[in-house]
Amino acid sequence: MTNKIEHTILETKNLSIGYKSKKAETIIASNINLELKEGQLIGLVGANGIGKSTLLRTLTQVQPELAGSLYLNNKPLNEYDNLELAQAMSLVLTEQIASKNLSVFELVALGRQPYTNWVGSLSETDIEIINKAITQTNIEDLKHKKCFELSDGQLQKVMITRALAQDTDLIILDEPTSHLDMYHKAYILKLLQQLAKETGKTILFSSHEIDLAIQLCDTMIVMTKTEVVSNSPANLIKQGAFNNLFPSDLIVFDEASGSFRVKK
Amino acid sequence: MPNTNTYKFSFTVLTLVLILCFFANISLGSVSIPFKTIFESLIGTTDNYIIQNYRLPKAFTAILVGSGLGISGLLMQTLFRNPLAGPFVLGITSGASLGVALLIMGSSVFGGFFATLLISKWSLVIAASLGSFLVLLTVLIVSSRVKDTMAILIIGLMFGSVTAAVVSVLSYFSSAEELQRYIFWGFGSLGDLQWNELKIFGFIYALGIVFSIASIKALNTLLLGENYAKSLGLNIKQSRLIVIIATSLLAGTITAFAGPIAFIGLAIPHITRQVFNTSNHKILLPAVFLIGAIVMLICDSIAQLPTSDYTLPINAITSLIGAPIVIWLLVRKRKMVF
Repeated sequence: MTNKIEHTILETKNLSIGYKSKKAETIIASNINLELKEGQLIGLVGANGIGKSTLLRTLTQVQPELAGSLYLNNKPLNEYDNLELAQAMSLVLTEQIASKNLSVFELVALGRQPYTNWVGSLSETDIEIINKAITQTNIEDLKHKKCFELSDGQLQKVMITRALAQDTDLIILDEPTSHLDMYHKAYILKLLQQLAKETGKTILFSSHEIDLAIQLCDTMIVMTKTEVVSNSPANLIKQGAFNNLFPSDLIVFDEASGSFRVKK
Repeated sequence: MPNTNTYKFSFTVLTLVLILCFFANISLGSVSIPFKTIFESLIGTTDNYIIQNYRLPKAFTAILVGSGLGISGLLMQTLFRNPLAGPFVLGITSGASLGVALLIMGSSVFGGFFATLLISKWSLVIAASLGSFLVLLTVLIVSSRVKDTMAILIIGLMFGSVTAAVVSVLSYFSSAEELQRYIFWGFGSLGDLQWNELKIFGFIYALGIVFSIASIKALNTLLLGENYAKSLGLNIKQSRLIVIIATSLLAGTITAFAGPIAFIGLAIPHITRQVFNTSNHKILLPAVFLIGAIVMLICDSIAQLPTSDYTLPINAITSLIGAPIVIWLLVRKRKMVF
């Protein structure tokens, strides 16, 4: 373990998330205190409907927080304008891209949009960064293919490359491993771990692959009905954080193997 | 982006074809004029009344109409991410037809005032512009209250139905002669413009093109979908407005001056995407300009029925030529590029 002081990229203080309508506030989770450190891979896990997406949507300013505060690089998140935010935080969403007729290079190049001029011309620096991102995720052989020719696993790698090319301190991925087979789930998460280490970027992803996340993440955020806790996977296991993740009638967490087992 | 050289070749070829079509269009008509005379007339060594006051304005109109409709169709298809969208999905044509229908057929229903308006040549242009402007404004006000871009598409369609219904009620009460006048307007026409009208047309068209060029980056970003576009720092509402303004200026003036020209706005972007096999608007925008202008010049030349005294409705020709081209391209490539 090194002792260097790690810079905090994203911080939440007493954050409450949920939905606000004219009549009432629906609080989904409250009192969330998170500190996402530089160069870490952070996995967000929790049962369906527990509010993972709401948390991510709040962290990415798609929806406003109900209470508490959010800081990105020590600056309140709501003080960022669209363009500044795009230069500080990039996203990989679950939704399909609108046009799959783009080539892989063109798609990755769109990650440079926050930096390009009014008509979107790529400078030499832009092209360098794009090519570097393509090398980092190992997709050189896909560079000139069209997106409709790619498999789900390849497309996910391309989307991650696009986020890398956006060159932000923080990358947030919403369920990057859904639709993928077991090998590619592991491959994508391993790739994220490697990228966090190599590039020093903070990578936050939500996932249902709890056992993989335990093996690969530096920090995990566990959301249950009562609380949101974040710690290293080993400490979370000690605390028994995973035991309350799901109703205990069907599956139980096995601390020795770090995975869930179906009750016999 | 990549392979700029292959695009350069295509652009050179298309520009040459455009120039050729331009001359052919001026040359062909009820009276054939040799290329030599056209050239001399253009550089000003000989005066040719037909060329200078009839054929030349018509050829320019064809270029503006074809390219303008193509570009506004492209903008709408990308904004709504819908291959069936065209320049008129925002209710521009339906508004224009309502204005013109009120002017032509309203005289029998409302009498007096409308009948005197019919005399002026500009009245059709003004009625069409006012109609499309008012319907568009309503669509915009309603759409500003909805978050979803798709909802704007539906709202535009609904307004189209409402105006179409009003037009049919008007037609029911109008005379055969008025009905015929209205139907003739609906055929579209490129040959009615004088130079002074063309100047106004050209000015508004140029404004529309400026707005279109300004939205190239936003359109490329929108290829990823609205959520990604937003995460890339794009101001969705503002970009949406610029795209809609561009389309309204282009499609609005074209409909006002040349009538509701069908099909071009829908077909040209598809033809261009098939030919260039790209979704990059930096390539598509100029390409749509060239192909739109070329197709419109060809359609107009055919509609003139060279060496005969008859002129076919331009709207019939655009569909007769355009539809088979689109079908042929789709069948040949077996894959829709969008």
